[in-house]
Amino acid sequence: MSQKKQSLGYIIGASSVGTLIEWYDFYIFGSLATILASKFFPTDDPTAGFLNTLATFAAGFVVRPFGALFFGRLGDLIGRKYTFMVTLMLMGGATFMIGLIPGYETIGALAPILVLILRLLQGLALGGEYGGAATYVAEHSPAERRGFWTSWIQTTATVGLFVSLAVIMLTKSMMSKETFDDWGWRVPFWVSIIMVFVSFLIRRNMSESPLFEKAKAEGKTSANPLKESFANKLNFKFVLLALFGATMGQGVVWYTGQFYAQNFLLKTCNLDDIQANSIMMWALILGTPLFVAFGALSDKIGRKGIMLTGMLLAVICYRPIFDTIYNTVDVSHKEIVAGSGLPDVKKELVAGSSSDSLIVTTTQKSFTDGSKYLEVKKETISESKIIHSEVKKTIWINSSDKWTLIGLVFCLIVFVTMAYGPIAAFLVEMFPTKIRYSSMSLPYHIGNGVFGGLMPAIATFLATQANEANKKAEELGQAAVFAKPYLQGLYYPMIIAGICFVIGLIYIDGKDRSIED
Amino acid sequence: MNAIKKILGVLWILIGLYAGYYLIINQAVPLWKSGGNDLVPAIIYSFILAPIITLGMSVFGLYAIQGEFSAKENE
Repeated sequence: MSQKKQSLGYIIGASSVGTLIEWYDFYIFGSLATILASKFFPTDDPTAGFLNTLATFAAGFVVRPFGALFFGRLGDLIGRKYTFMVTLMLMGGATFMIGLIPGYETIGALAPILVLILRLLQGLALGGEYGGAATYVAEHSPAERRGFWTSWIQTTATVGLFVSLAVIMLTKSMMSKETFDDWGWRVPFWVSIIMVFVSFLIRRNMSESPLFEKAKAEGKTSANPLKESFANKLNFKFVLLALFGATMGQGVVWYTGQFYAQNFLLKTCNLDDIQANSIMMWALILGTPLFVAFGALSDKIGRKGIMLTGMLLAVICYRPIFDTIYNTVDVSHKEIVAGSGLPDVKKELVAGSSSDSLIVTTTQKSFTDGSKYLEVKKETISESKIIHSEVKKTIWINSSDKWTLIGLVFCLIVFVTMAYGPIAAFLVEMFPTKIRYSSMSLPYHIGNGVFGGLMPAIATFLATQANEANKKAEELGQAAVFAKPYLQGLYYPMIIAGICFVIGLIYIDGKDRSIED
Repeated sequence: MNAIKKILGVLWILIGLYAGYYLIINQAVPLWKSGGNDLVPAIIYSFILAPIITLGMSVFGLYAIQGEFSAKENE
């Protein structure tokens, strides 16, 4: 018995580490979105550059379902182990290559094209990895502990994000900001290849899934997994149910808690990036054990109730939580320290021009609660006209407010752990062994990749629209259309999670937990 | 419960159709018109998100109406 437990622990550990590394690879791109925009997507408008990178980010997510189909089919035909070995190598290679691509200034338009291609390869690899790892672990686990064991795979997505933030922060701390902006941002991409190599060595010695081996020995594997999964009504209806009753809502809850929250702190609240990343890291550290806790709880009380409760709480709490985050950082209602806030204006010639001038206005403000505000406004003037203007605002908050934000983001992570912790076991239990890899991978990656992955871009778009509507109204002397435009983006996850909650509540019975068919 | 599941099938079809209409008309078309960087989200809205929601929800609703998700009477 002890030998069995030990080997199961090894299986879970080896599977989880590989999946964690794949998530790490995937996330450093998103975590470095702003700097990647400046290196590979040249534009005079930083917002457009940022959105452009988000679009590339989305492209990485949108191809995930195709990876799910391609590698899911392979996994059902030749086995789980070999398939997720291939995905691991593909992901590691693509990540490493991104770190090697010269910037736009060096090779021109080829740079963004190469980044996009490698990003698509990352998406394909991730599409194949998760289903393989979840299926592999589930098929090794005892039925009464399946939620617990598969929840370790669920932690990898969050821990992967955590590790990506940690590596980025560590790299930043080891060099000046200029050096990091120049080439230091490449280091997290290069680190990947070492981690992938170690994971490859570990996974190489793992055995194939016992249920797949058994099915193969008995000649019960599928000859055409995609046809059996998606062209067969009896199975396809469960694919749709998994998507609209579980993964769609879980995907938006996950991306809102882990990614939109970070974007919100950085872009909407203008919080200093080191403080924002630190807040995210603390919330993730505190929240991650709950994946396992809710996974284990789902073995006792069922998967459905926990996942749906997470979605419902998200729908109810998102607006108050994000509103409180915004107001905690917002300095407009804080008391300024007397004497601070005087602008410092510097004027110089634009590099390479004998007539155009650059005016840099720096304004620093200190507040009685310990918060600080820095605004750097750059205006390029040509023939007495402003031809380009950009403003960068940065806010630093005090320690007490920082812990308030950690608590609020932690609440968002709790919703994530409820919706996401039991989902691997839930999906595995919906489909038979011979087509499990294909059948569970597609709804998972549409739910997470498409509905969830597009969440930051759609939410940013909705908030930008609300801001523009308010600007127009102000220009016309009318009252603002949206009282809190920064919360408009939340309607997307709230509506998606709300619909998913209703469908899951009514259509999922959650009774069948057998995977030996 | 089976009756509710079937009746709600109509709602899922309507939601799918409305979501597709909203995504194409309100989101994708303005992005197509503005061009440039907006083409990427326009393509994603038009050819990925809208079809998945519209077709997926419609087929799901249809299955619900047909009783595919109904519990068996003898269970």
